[in-house]
Amino acid sequence: MTAVARRFPDWDWLASHGGEVAAQLSEHVELTALAVAAGFLVAVPLALLARRVPPLRGPLLGFTGVLYTVPALALFVLLLPFVGLSRANPVIGLTIYSLLILLRNTLVGLEGVPAEVRESALAMGHTRRQLLWRVEVPVALPAIVAGVRLATVSTVGLVTITALIGYGGLGQLILRGFNRTNATQLVAGLVLSVALAAVADVALAWAQRRLTPWQESRTA
Amino acid sequence: MITFEAVTKRFPDGTLAVEDLDLAIPEGEIVVLVGPSGCGKTTTMRLVNRMAEPTAGRVLLAGTDVRDVPAHELRRGIGYVIQQIGLFPHRSAAQNIATVPELAGWPRDRVRARVDELMALVGLPAETAGRFPHQLSGGQRQRVGVARALAADPPVLLMDEPFGAVDPVVRGQLQDELLRLQQAVHKTIVFVTHDIDEALKLGDRIAVMSAPGRVRQYDTPSAILARPADDFVTEFLGAERGLKRLALIPVSQVKADPGPAVPDGAPRADAVRAAEAAGTDWVVVLGPEQRLLGWVWVADVAERVDGSAAREFWLRVRAEDSLRAALDAMLSTRTGVAVRISGEDRYEGVLTRELLTEEIV
Repeated sequence: MTAVARRFPDWDWLASHGGEVAAQLSEHVELTALAVAAGFLVAVPLALLARRVPPLRGPLLGFTGVLYTVPALALFVLLLPFVGLSRANPVIGLTIYSLLILLRNTLVGLEGVPAEVRESALAMGHTRRQLLWRVEVPVALPAIVAGVRLATVSTVGLVTITALIGYGGLGQLILRGFNRTNATQLVAGLVLSVALAAVADVALAWAQRRLTPWQESRTA
Repeated sequence: MITFEAVTKRFPDGTLAVEDLDLAIPEGEIVVLVGPSGCGKTTTMRLVNRMAEPTAGRVLLAGTDVRDVPAHELRRGIGYVIQQIGLFPHRSAAQNIATVPELAGWPRDRVRARVDELMALVGLPAETAGRFPHQLSGGQRQRVGVARALAADPPVLLMDEPFGAVDPVVRGQLQDELLRLQQAVHKTIVFVTHDIDEALKLGDRIAVMSAPGRVRQYDTPSAILARPADDFVTEFLGAERGLKRLALIPVSQVKADPGPAVPDGAPRADAVRAAEAAGTDWVVVLGPEQRLLGWVWVADVAERVDGSAAREFWLRVRAEDSLRAALDAMLSTRTGVAVRISGEDRYEGVLTRELLTEEIV
C-alpha cells in the first residue's frame, strides 16, 4: 500500500473518479426508486384486498412482518437460486423490505377514515368504488405518503448492503474504500448515501404537503 | 310522501330495532321522530334511504318501494345530515356542497351557481367557500352540512340530531334558520332528536317513539301536549306541559279583549264606567290614533284622565309572539293583563289569563 491511498481527503482521487461516483449515485437512486415503486404497486392492492376481505388482514400483515425480520444479507442470498445475481435480486429483495411499511401505512390510512365521513359519503349516493377513490383514498393519502417516505429512506440505507452481491450503488464506494483503505472513497460513499436519504426525506415531505393542502398542520 | 307499511327491522345480532311500524309522513312537512336513546328512531329514519334495510314490510317513497331503486340513485334524491356532519376533510366547503351535483354529472357552471346559491341560502359568507372543514367553526360546518344535503334539491331531507353537537345558543339559531329555510324550500323533512323541546319547536308533526321502534303517539305538537296518549308520552313530555303548549300558540290565534280603554283627557266618569264594565280598578290610557300611553288606577283619576301620569306597560306583545310571552307580560304588571300592540305602539286590546285558559284547556 502506498502512502497515497492513506491521504485524506484525497482530492486527486475525487477529481479522477467523479464519473464513477456519479454512476454509483444514479444506480443507488434507481434501485431505490424501482424497489419503492414495485413495493407500492404490490402493497396498495394488498391493502385494498385486506379491506375487502377482513380475515386476510392479520395474515397479510403477519407475512410481510415475517419477511421484514429476515436479515438483509440472508434474504439476498436466499434469492440467489431463483434469480441469480441479476438485477432482479436486489430489486426484489428491497421490494420485500418495503412491503411491510407500505402495507401497514396504507391500511392504517384507509382504516383511519372517520366512520361518519364514510357514512355520509354512502348516504349521499357514492357507489362503493366512488367511496374508495373519491373519499377513502384521498383521506388516507397523508398516511400513504408517509409510508412511501419512510420506505424510501429505509431503502436508501438497505441499498448499500447489496454491494455484497455486486450492486449497492454508493455501497460499492463504501465497500471498496474499506477494502482498499481508501478513506476518501469510503467517506464519499457514506456522505452521499446519508445526503441522499435526507434529500429524499425532505422532497417527499414537501410532496406530502403539496398533495394534502387540506391537512391540519400538526407539530408531531 | 313517505309511508312505512308494517316495517320490522331486526339486526343480524338479533336486536329488534323496529317492530311492525306503520307511519305516513306527509309531503312538505317536518316530522320529528323523538324518543329516548335506543328507541329505534334513527334506524327508522335510515330505512328511508336504505342505510338500513327492513327485515319485513316495506317503505314507500312517493309510492315506490325504496328497494326497487338502486341504493346510490335513491340516496342522491334524499338529503342526509348527521350530528357528526361527516364533511369530507380533503374538500373545501364549496367542494363539499358540490358533492351530489358532481356525482350526478351536472355541468361545471351549473354546479358553481348552485353552490353560490346554497351558501347564501344557509348564511355562509363567501370567503368560507375555499376553506377546509377544519378551518370552519362548528356552526359553519353544520351549515355546510345542511347546504350539502340540499345541493341537488332533493324532495326529502333526513336529519339525525343535526344540532346535537353545537352549544345551546348556536343550536337555537340553527333551529330558527331551519324553520326559515323550510319556508323557502318546503322539503319533506324527517328529523330525529331525543330533545322534546327541539321536537316541539321544529315539528309540524311529532312521532313519540319507544323501543322497539314503536310509535306511541303521532300528532301535532299542540295536540300531543293537550292530550298525551299514555303515561309514556306524558312522562316523556316532562313538566310544564301547559307552558310548552303556550309557547307553540301565537298571540294572533286568540281574540284580544278591547279592555278598559279611555282616551287621554276623558272625564273621570268615563274611566269609572269603562273599569266597571271590564271588572277592573284600572284603565288603559290612549293618545291620538290609539297610541298606548299606559295605565292608571281609577282611584287616582282626579277630574280628568291624565296620560302624562300613566304607568307604563313594560312588556307588550304582538300578533307573532307566543302566548307564553303574553303570560310573561301578564306577570310583569300589576294589571295582570298583556297588552297587544301593532306597529310602534298602536293599542289592539288586552289578553287576560281567562283567555289563555280557554285556549289551552
